[in-house]
Amino acid sequence: MSRYLLRRLLILVPSLLGISIVLFTALALAPGDPFGELATNPNVPPEVGAALRAKFGLDDPVWRRYLHWLVAMLHGDWGFSFVSRMDVDRLILQRLPATLLVIGSSQVLALLIALPVGVLAATRPYSLFDQVANTFAFIGFSLPTFFTGLLFILVFSIYLDWLPFVFRSDLAATGWRWYWEEFRQAVMPVAVLGLFQAASWTRYVRSAVLDVIRLDYVTTARAKGIAERAVVTRHVVRNALIPVVTLVALSMPAVFGGAIVTEQIFRIPGIGSLLISSILANDTPVIMAVTFVFACLVILFNLFADILYGWLDPRISYR
Amino acid sequence: MTERELRRLIAAVKAGELSRRVFVRRMVGLGLTAPFATTLLSRAGVAQAPAKFEYKPGKAGGGGPLKTLFWQAPTLLNPHFAIGTKDQEGSRIFYEPLAGWDGEGNLVPMLAAEIPETENGGISPDGKSVTWKLKKDVQWHDGRPFTADDVVFNWEYAADPATAATTIGSYKDIKVEKIDTHTIRIQFNKPTPFWADAFIGQRGMIVPKHLFEAYKGGASRDAPANLKPVGTGPYKFVDFKPGDLVTGERNPNYHLPNRPYFDTIEMKGGGDAVSAARAVIQTGEYDYAWNMQVEDEILLRLEDGGKARGKAEIVAGGNIEHIQINSTDPWTEVDGERSSAKTKHPLFSDPAVRQALALLVDRASVEQHIYGRTGIATGNFVNNPPRFVSKNTHWEFNVDKANQLLEQAGWKRGSDGVRAKDGKKLKLVFQTATNAPRQKTQAIVKQACQKAGIDVELKSVTSSVYFSSDVANPDTYSKFYCDIQMYTTTMGEPDPNQFMRQFLSSEIATKDNKWQGRNITRWRNDEYDKAYQMAEGELDAVRRAALFIKMNDLVVGDPAEIPVVYRPRVSAVSRQLRPHPSGWDNDMWDLRNWYRET
Repeated sequence: MSRYLLRRLLILVPSLLGISIVLFTALALAPGDPFGELATNPNVPPEVGAALRAKFGLDDPVWRRYLHWLVAMLHGDWGFSFVSRMDVDRLILQRLPATLLVIGSSQVLALLIALPVGVLAATRPYSLFDQVANTFAFIGFSLPTFFTGLLFILVFSIYLDWLPFVFRSDLAATGWRWYWEEFRQAVMPVAVLGLFQAASWTRYVRSAVLDVIRLDYVTTARAKGIAERAVVTRHVVRNALIPVVTLVALSMPAVFGGAIVTEQIFRIPGIGSLLISSILANDTPVIMAVTFVFACLVILFNLFADILYGWLDPRISYR
Repeated sequence: MTERELRRLIAAVKAGELSRRVFVRRMVGLGLTAPFATTLLSRAGVAQAPAKFEYKPGKAGGGGPLKTLFWQAPTLLNPHFAIGTKDQEGSRIFYEPLAGWDGEGNLVPMLAAEIPETENGGISPDGKSVTWKLKKDVQWHDGRPFTADDVVFNWEYAADPATAATTIGSYKDIKVEKIDTHTIRIQFNKPTPFWADAFIGQRGMIVPKHLFEAYKGGASRDAPANLKPVGTGPYKFVDFKPGDLVTGERNPNYHLPNRPYFDTIEMKGGGDAVSAARAVIQTGEYDYAWNMQVEDEILLRLEDGGKARGKAEIVAGGNIEHIQINSTDPWTEVDGERSSAKTKHPLFSDPAVRQALALLVDRASVEQHIYGRTGIATGNFVNNPPRFVSKNTHWEFNVDKANQLLEQAGWKRGSDGVRAKDGKKLKLVFQTATNAPRQKTQAIVKQACQKAGIDVELKSVTSSVYFSSDVANPDTYSKFYCDIQMYTTTMGEPDPNQFMRQFLSSEIATKDNKWQGRNITRWRNDEYDKAYQMAEGELDAVRRAALFIKMNDLVVGDPAEIPVVYRPRVSAVSRQLRPHPSGWDNDMWDLRNWYRET
């Protein structure tokens, strides 16, 4: 086990290096210039743009910029945003709470829906409930989030006028009122993301439970006269959920990565909207940091999922 | 319009025979800016007369929160580093200049006690210096007094190339000295007819010396106050999250009585323009939304609902959507660059083709079907003295006339309906940035050209590439590797001096200057160059204005470019809110006077 872990951790280093090289070169080759807007402004002499480029080291060759970035990163310096002129880590930390809140609760919501619905549908396959659940699951993951998001805004904000559609990170209220306001502004984006995720997870849970429910040991448990409820919760679900847990662990990086489209629609100041605005402004240090953090999370959670899998299912051995 | 006519008009204003407003409109009709026109008048001794803005609240505060939406949010709050107007707007909540420009192009004092005039001795007769009297008893948000030292420091700070301030253009050629604690003098190195630039408007916001002194030059990016502004403005800084949110609270020690009205201010960013318009006009969640780049049709539909809570507010400014004509050959490579200044365009070297093209732009349809209230057809820059008196400057859409012109010049229709001469076919590539109204405009032009036997191929480039200064990319607007192209040029600068550089032959964008030259059309005209040189050395404001008007005529008469529509500034405003908009300054320029009608 520890040898396996060590080996996996050692593999991490070259893969992260590789990822950072690919990201950095792709960004360096991409068109655009963070100070492009200055160049089109007739009142700013071209020397200012040139001075800024020199100041931020944009005129150096790509490999030197990369080494510079790598050394700084190893020292824990994430870089300095061209556009905001502040440290990238501060910029990311500012955006983290909103992302964690919205995406995190949407994942919880998705689990709360997917688990019971998927299990119930699998225990009564092809019943009316199963068919209704299946239909909704299909509709749910066929509709893109930008569509459902706009639909929700049209219905709940514009026609019914119940909910605000601009997400604010600084609610003025305090106490219970604050929770209420937070709930009101978060409910639409959370529902949009949660329902989408729930739809695909429901189908996954259902098929996982279906695989297990026909196995011999389940029949044995039933033959011993254990109540159906106990059979399902203690014998079926426990085994069926092993792949589901892995799936959930693998989708955790997305919680930090944010949801680019949904955040844009609801103006949620999360990591996703930071990434998109940095891309539009050609703010390379921020794009680099966000994508790199995201790559790290994907790799880490992959490892985490593998270990978790083995722990849940002793039949799997690490080699 | 000759110099003599101009003088006559100014005299008429002075005598009260012609209203200031009409004079300013006419100057704007000639491609000058409103601020330029009013300084012309102030030089002649006609005092600036800002229109009174009626401010009703009887006391400061009590207005609750003011909620504004900026779909492009500010990313930094130091006015000297502002990249684009969004950052200026964010800074303007906290910082103030000595004076700002109102919608008519008048100077309105802010940190200045009065506007310098010839009469009050503010402007020296030789045009080489301007003296500003500063307002007394003004405090920075941290309680320190605002003095002449702060103003002088801002000049030192911005003019230092190591600071890399984006405002450097306004400060590098002047000298500022302190006369006493509340008087400063700006010295120009040569007589300067247009003096109203430094410390005024968008690039004139003043930052406190005591917080930035240690961060002048190379250390400028480390100043903590870059992200935590301490200004003199009506609202004090509370919180800033770049790209997301700026919040402020009422400044209880503001230097004007009974102001500001609102208790807090919030500037929320992100999202897109259409949903921002919705949040103000339809749901009333927000009070104000900036820069509504939304098709008028959508705005009208939002406003139309019986329970609309807001409306679109449209203010004239200096932005013009125009089509540029390439004077060089974009299809032949010379010394590693296309559109090289050494070549001549194979088709446009015939003036008949250029003139025919100008006749084929159906501005009325563009206005009516695409831009609506947000784009007003213009043939501006055309000098036509008899018509100049009328409100509409002259432009024409006439396919028959274009056909005639081409026919006379020897361009004969081929079997495919495309005209040709000497084996050269009239085929053009027309490029612009990807943006729905622009693509529709392209289609309208293409259709008319087809009728005149000109084959137009349309091309659109993503804005982030098109407007970038990326040397390696062939699709940038400054490379101009096609025959004609269209975009909006902003005449935000009050003085046309910088603006008019874009037609100088010395400014041609080439490989040697990394396509940073301002002259994108690569048009060259000796008469224009001479007029520009004369204007640079011209001390007499009126003669200088006449020269600028002449330059405009040369450009559009030729034509080197074809103006299409004026793009006024559009914002969405709640029905109760009373902002004070101006097309010649930031949207937030007069934030201190904003209030809500109850």
